[in-house]
Amino acid sequence: MKILNIKNTLTLIAIAALCFNCSNDDDFTPNTGGDGNNEPDFSGVYIQQDQMGRPAVNTVFVSSDSKNMFNTTIPSEQNADFQNMFQTNLEALSPAFANPGDMNALGQDAAAFTTLLATDVLNLSLDGTTTFYDGTNVLTGRALADDVITVELLLIFGGEDFSENPTLSNDNVDANDKPFLTSFPYLAAPW
Amino acid sequence: MKIYLGIGIIAIAGFLLVAADHIDAPAVSGGTSDITDFYAFQAEDTDNVVFVANLQGLLAPGATENAAFDENVLIEFNIDTDQDNVEDLVIQAIPRDGKMYFFGPAAPNSTGLNSIILTSATQSSVDISTRMTPVTEDNAGMKFFAGPRDDPFFMDFAQYSDIIAGNASGFDNPGSDTFAGSNVLSVVVEVPKSMVGGSGTVNTWVESKRKQ
Repeated sequence: MKILNIKNTLTLIAIAALCFNCSNDDDFTPNTGGDGNNEPDFSGVYIQQDQMGRPAVNTVFVSSDSKNMFNTTIPSEQNADFQNMFQTNLEALSPAFANPGDMNALGQDAAAFTTLLATDVLNLSLDGTTTFYDGTNVLTGRALADDVITVELLLIFGGEDFSENPTLSNDNVDANDKPFLTSFPYLAAPW
Repeated sequence: MKIYLGIGIIAIAGFLLVAADHIDAPAVSGGTSDITDFYAFQAEDTDNVVFVANLQGLLAPGATENAAFDENVLIEFNIDTDQDNVEDLVIQAIPRDGKMYFFGPAAPNSTGLNSIILTSATQSSVDISTRMTPVTEDNAGMKFFAGPRDDPFFMDFAQYSDIIAGNASGFDNPGSDTFAGSNVLSVVVEVPKSMVGGSGTVNTWVESKRKQ
């Protein structure tokens, strides 16, 4: 009996040691199931609450009472459901857009600009430079250092050549408060 | 001009009621499923691209230790490879007991608002980093990180609020970064371009989904 107890205890210690090692294993090995490993529970259905493609789109162009709805409308249906609202809100925000022929610096009138924005996906080039806007490339991604708010303010307020409403079209915060890393995970360490 | 400006300001009182997507809508504002930002860019290794999802913004340094990913919230990166704005591939991230588990990239079982976790897809994981100790992991040609980082978003939101409130007529120069000194919870995934379409342009977005 006593020997059995010691044996059991040793076995328990061995198991505990093994489990401890497992939980600290850097190279997680997926459990193929059925052998009693404590594989996490991944079951169930997950239902959408928030979504985001381009920065500030929901915040800027969607009316207050529609913001939840925008977050739960799939991108392929957003243009049909929201482009009119986007155009109304853009013309209210920057009235020059209501004038026929008025355009932003991308050569888009209010309808074209809001048609682009209403489908809230972030285009990503797999062929080279990725930036929201760098003076040459437009909407090929979003890099950490991109000054997206100034780009959006310029497109909303800056007119055809970025010269209109200069005090509204640049917040004059051009960079992050900490430098980004050149290597993974790229974002700066927390404060 | 003045009238135009006034109308514009009133009409857009919600404008930038914070920033990129921070607290963008009542249903998610300030909660564990609130996406604050999304980035997608070419990696240091130009054969790869990087996806970043940030959640739970405006964390003060002292509040960061207590902020945690929610085990009921799935973070899903969506990739449309054929220009119809419907996801062809997803990368899923879900926290369990101190680790962030990743599945994919893989085709979803069904597109749209409801997801199940793709447990038969490529599975990876990384220990969720603490504020002082970052941990990254490599698996199947991909890199993974989950944990607190400095909020990479920058903007003079305070001055914009003053403009909205009629207390200022424009931005200051230089401006002041309202997000300086605050943290977010970040999920960062680096994947080979060959896994998400290979070449050309893809459409991407991120979703948060809560377990029912």
